[in-house]
Amino acid sequence: MSGTADESANTLTRAGLTEAVAERLDVQRRFAATLVDDVITLISEAALRGQNVKIVGFGSFNLRDKRSRPGRNPRTMQDVTITARRVLTFRASPALRSALNPRG
Amino acid sequence: MTRSELVEALAERRGVSRDQAEAVVDVFFGQLQHALQSGGRVELRGFGSFRVKQYGAYQARNPQTGEPVAVAPKRLPAFKPAKHLREALAVQVGVGPLVADEGEGEE
Repeated sequence: MSGTADESANTLTRAGLTEAVAERLDVQRRFAATLVDDVITLISEAALRGQNVKIVGFGSFNLRDKRSRPGRNPRTMQDVTITARRVLTFRASPALRSALNPRG
Repeated sequence: MTRSELVEALAERRGVSRDQAEAVVDVFFGQLQHALQSGGRVELRGFGSFRVKQYGAYQARNPQTGEPVAVAPKRLPAFKPAKHLREALAVQVGVGPLVADEGEGEE
């Protein structure tokens, strides 16, 4: 287990998802790719509308509004103001947590 | 948006049956879980990436009783939104409201 080949083999991307969907639904790869893109787009769109997304058994994507705060550019050590922003966070569901921690 | 609302939206958008949309969502998150479970990463361009972070054991406190509690080491997924999504969301602050949940669906 080493090297970049393993790393990429160990990374799930749209391609892997497309393959799995095509197989399960017995549809063309092309259409499966569209469905995978749709899922990703629908989640992004919900977040952009200001909606949290909660996937039972997997986890939830939650939006948080952050106030502006003082920060520093670590490269230049210059003081800057980090502007107010909305951020997207993910919290794993209890089911996913226990799947990742078999003994716990 | 809940999982069932996602299934419904997918069926509507792509003109597939509810069962097919259900299967897509099932496979999608099943694959994500499988990848993370086997120590892999997930990389979805334009959306974000997931990786598994290892946390060591630590001493915590029950906030109710003040009692110290030992927390076992654990693995948790970490999500990092893609740059594009992060920037599009950032500017939404003060523009769009935060909708906890729209009334239309069951929780």
